[in-house]
Amino acid sequence: MAKAPEAWAPVIGPPAESRFERELVTPEGVDLRLRLAEASERAAAFLLDAAIMVGILVVLTAVAIGAMIGAGGKGGTPQIIMVIWLLGFFLLRNAYFILFELTPKAATPGKRALGLRVAARNGGRLTADAIFARNAMRELEVFLPLSFLVSHTNQVDAWLDLLGIVWCSIFIFFPLFNRDRLRVGDLVAGTWVVKAPRRALMADVAETAFASKAAFAAQGDFAFSQAQLDAYGTKELQVLEDVLRRTEVRTVTAVADRIRGKIGWTRGPIESDYAFLDAYYLALRARLESRLLFGRRRRDKYDTAP
Amino acid sequence: MAELRLKSFRFRAEREADWLRLDALLSKAEARSAAALSDDELLAVPVLYRSSLSSLSVARATSLDRALIDYLESLCTRAYFFVYGTRSSALERIGGFFARDWPAAAKAAWRETLVCAILTVLGAVAAYVLVMHDPEWFYAFVPQGLVEGRGPDASTAALRATLFDSQHNQLLSVMATFLFTHNAGVALLAFALGFAFCLPSALLMVDNGCVLGAFLAVFVHHGLGVEVGGWLMIHGVTELFATMLAGAAGFRIGTALAFPGELTRMESVSQAGRSAAVLMGGVMVMLFCAGILEGVGRQLIQVTWVRYAIAVSSGVIWITYLYAPRATKVAVSHG
Repeated sequence: MAKAPEAWAPVIGPPAESRFERELVTPEGVDLRLRLAEASERAAAFLLDAAIMVGILVVLTAVAIGAMIGAGGKGGTPQIIMVIWLLGFFLLRNAYFILFELTPKAATPGKRALGLRVAARNGGRLTADAIFARNAMRELEVFLPLSFLVSHTNQVDAWLDLLGIVWCSIFIFFPLFNRDRLRVGDLVAGTWVVKAPRRALMADVAETAFASKAAFAAQGDFAFSQAQLDAYGTKELQVLEDVLRRTEVRTVTAVADRIRGKIGWTRGPIESDYAFLDAYYLALRARLESRLLFGRRRRDKYDTAP
Repeated sequence: MAELRLKSFRFRAEREADWLRLDALLSKAEARSAAALSDDELLAVPVLYRSSLSSLSVARATSLDRALIDYLESLCTRAYFFVYGTRSSALERIGGFFARDWPAAAKAAWRETLVCAILTVLGAVAAYVLVMHDPEWFYAFVPQGLVEGRGPDASTAALRATLFDSQHNQLLSVMATFLFTHNAGVALLAFALGFAFCLPSALLMVDNGCVLGAFLAVFVHHGLGVEVGGWLMIHGVTELFATMLAGAAGFRIGTALAFPGELTRMESVSQAGRSAAVLMGGVMVMLFCAGILEGVGRQLIQVTWVRYAIAVSSGVIWITYLYAPRATKVAVSHG
């Protein structure tokens, strides 16, 4: 049952393969094409989380200092406040990642901001022990070497520092040395970090083009010949879609001129670039989609197979 | 006129309402939790999810609207994680950790834990014998930072003072060392170094035992054997147990890496890693308790037999909690 999509593969044509796309076939037999988070996004998410944690820590420290000044150094109160501060710090660094990743969104605020989430590599349920595992390793990857670096006790620590830096760099750069961008924690836990962006459903460019067709009708009769429509393929169509969505005047002009040159279109007296592109997009898409229905996907303009 | 409307657009117009409804339900559930959905909504999600998946297949095959396909992919992925993902809240899952996962992981690693215990005891006995024989050995076993005036040269009175001392600054320094250096460090290293085929973890266990043995020898030499036992064991039972469990977790990863059996090495490591990490989560909790016992309990309780009582009861509590058979055996879910 999971093999069903393959039977269709020659018809659909291979989806645009990218280095970071991975297969995730749902039990219904549809491949969702997961996109892995890139190393830069992972780093940015971590820095965001670190900044949030430092922020909380600063507040905690300020409260502790305030409480100490309030207590006025009587007896053992300052020490007790310090101990509470230490416990708070310990809890913060251990619980922050685990608690957020245990929620249904499976992402810390930093990951959420970048549209990432943690997922099980085998496509199954993200279990609690996997989350514990990937974050227990974080302790080794980040906090342990950091505490090595921070806690200088005597002079022979230069070697220890060096070791700490080497240790740290092995873990930090580990994701760059495997194709799935796995952290050591991901490796141990059997997880990976994928993109799970929330997209809004945008209006169909073809529909807006269709709606404005009547308005542009006065500018000329946009009837394209078969040969003119065969000048481009799917890739160019989607570039044109982007151009029409962004509606930057200079790009629209440049693209319209390019296309006119390519298909040998003579510009009408009052024809606007926008009207031309709209009409061409609509016609090109109708042509390509009707060929798609007959099992022929034209990838780009170089794809000349019948 | 009508024939110019694209088929792909008519397809979209027919199904758009379902997608938007699913989108709204998912947003609602993600913002709070699955409990935010009413029964009807909860039942609607899987149905809408499947129809969206079919829309995605159709769109991939017939539509050239890039934005539409991107939208459907992201919608279906979100819905997939919701439908096939976990529904329980973070708190429930943490409850499951204490009730089930942690004891199960500890039980599964009993052999490794036993090996770690034997190694620690061996180290302790060896160091004890050596230091009793020649006190100079003490400095070979105990790092400077831990001596704090408890070396073999100290007088009996000075040693006794380190055992019974109610100064409050002790509390802070002990807590600080707990949290940042020694105990958590040893436990984490024992776990981390398991990757190097167990050997460094084993050495750490022996080394930890040596420190213990050397300390004991110094105090026993001055006739403070019983007192030092109470001083060490009030938190030491918890702490040493935690260290051994950490070593066991490291051993599990190391052996999984060295002897993957029928699995691939990666799979074997990640399988062992999960149970080892659960164990480490437990170790952190134990170290936390040990830190509180050490920082607070030991300063407040200055009577040796009470210290022993706490030591024994903490040992009994940990062992019963971790190893006692559970009435209902629920298998740990592995996705």
